[in-house]
Amino acid sequence: MTATIHRGEPATGAARADHRVVRRRLGPGRRFRFAFWVGPALVLAVWSIGSATGLISPAVLTAPWDVVTAFRDQWTDHDLLGNILSSLRRVVVGLAFGVAGGVLLAIVSGLSRIGESVFDGPIQIKRSIPTLALVPLFIAWFGIGEQMKIVTIALISLVPIYVHTHNGLRGIDGKYAELAETIGIGRGEFVRHVVLPGALPGFLLGMRFAVTSALLGLVVVEQYNAVSGVGYMIMLAEQYGATNVIVVGLVIYGLFGYLADTAVRLTGRRVLAWRRTLDD
Amino acid sequence: MAADTRRLSTGPAVRVQDLHRSFHQNGGVLNGLDLDIADGEFVALIGRSGTGKSTLLRALAGLDRDVDGYGRITVPGSVSVVFQDSRLLPWKRILDNVTFGLRGAGAAQRGRQALAEVGLAGRERAWPYQLSGGEQQRASLARSLVREPRLLLADEPFGALDALTRLRMHALLRKLCERHRPAVLLVTHDVDEAIVLADRVIVLDAGVVRSDVRVDLPDRSRSAPAFAELRAFLLDELGVDEENLR
Repeated sequence: MTATIHRGEPATGAARADHRVVRRRLGPGRRFRFAFWVGPALVLAVWSIGSATGLISPAVLTAPWDVVTAFRDQWTDHDLLGNILSSLRRVVVGLAFGVAGGVLLAIVSGLSRIGESVFDGPIQIKRSIPTLALVPLFIAWFGIGEQMKIVTIALISLVPIYVHTHNGLRGIDGKYAELAETIGIGRGEFVRHVVLPGALPGFLLGMRFAVTSALLGLVVVEQYNAVSGVGYMIMLAEQYGATNVIVVGLVIYGLFGYLADTAVRLTGRRVLAWRRTLDD
Repeated sequence: MAADTRRLSTGPAVRVQDLHRSFHQNGGVLNGLDLDIADGEFVALIGRSGTGKSTLLRALAGLDRDVDGYGRITVPGSVSVVFQDSRLLPWKRILDNVTFGLRGAGAAQRGRQALAEVGLAGRERAWPYQLSGGEQQRASLARSLVREPRLLLADEPFGALDALTRLRMHALLRKLCERHRPAVLLVTHDVDEAIVLADRVIVLDAGVVRSDVRVDLPDRSRSAPAFAELRAFLLDELGVDEENLR
């Protein structure tokens, strides 16, 4: 056997510096600042230009600056803050019940065959009935007060939380359960350290749907006998044909949705730091 | 469902008697297997695919709930398994993976020590995806060692690693086993790996022990004549004729 051994020379100096920028070629590319705001800013620009040039008449859609005036007016003279807070309270309380219920049911039905046979069927059936179609029934049961409103929001947000958490939980690789068995941990620890974190991506996806659904529910239930809230403000404005106030209400609903969704997304980015995806 | 008599060992670390295992269609995988492993003994289990190596290991680990069979199994109270994949929980940092399921104060300190032993000091806060394949497998070794098992079951733990990393892992595993002295059952496809690491090599064929060889080499370097002789013997036992491979 013959072999010739060459020792490589160590690379020297800047002459060999590698200036290529290495980036995932098939990914979406690098993040840039304020990326999210590009689309909304364009919409605002089109709206402003349309209103300024008269292409959009004030009867159809109030100009942005009139919306700002209406906002100030509502804030000082019509308790806009109170309306916002009472809407916010409804949606937060309803969502809290919905999320807690959805997660609990997903765990029970995901981890036990008995739980699945008891809960999964009814939830799947309930899923095919739009929650908003149940509102008349809830009015008969709970009256037209806050209770009906919170139950509706809770139920409408429970379903996506359940479906996606359950799905995420069932998608956990069985080999982790095997590992947990060899390590000899109990069911409680298994749920805490394996099931819950494993189902977290699914839960957060469900959360994004749930937030949107909860706001949809809010808009609908506030049409019924509300004496406060953003929906109440919009209904009053409708009676007086005040499109500027209606737009104020819509902008507030939009902000609710955007802020909630952003909160969920940012939370997701933090708590899912262990994942490496195309998004990174 | 396997109906074994399972006891905690008081004598030798592992005693398997008359172990039978069968899957529904394939018939018997283990057909009356007997095996003893002494305390602190390193046993390598080789055999062709489908001869029941993993089935035996899973039976010892108590992981074969869906398999039919019976037999008598005696194992120590503390058993730990190293799988072919590192099986680190992706959502736990390395140190939390190592101490996963450990109770009591000082768990984190013991976990750090185990990580230092496998050469991963400083990587406690890393996520599993940030580690290379070899590092992940070292972390999974640390997770086993920190439990101070009396029996370590390893199912082709280096099968997915590249050849160079595998050599380093052999040295590491030998060093760790000499220090902690668990009884070891290592399932492998690699005859060299078996000779380098084990005190005894067992060849499994058709669900029973075909040969049981004590590795008594003064020099375990692969170039030693005795090494080559043992390798040729084991390959022959496995039905591989070295001449025919050329």
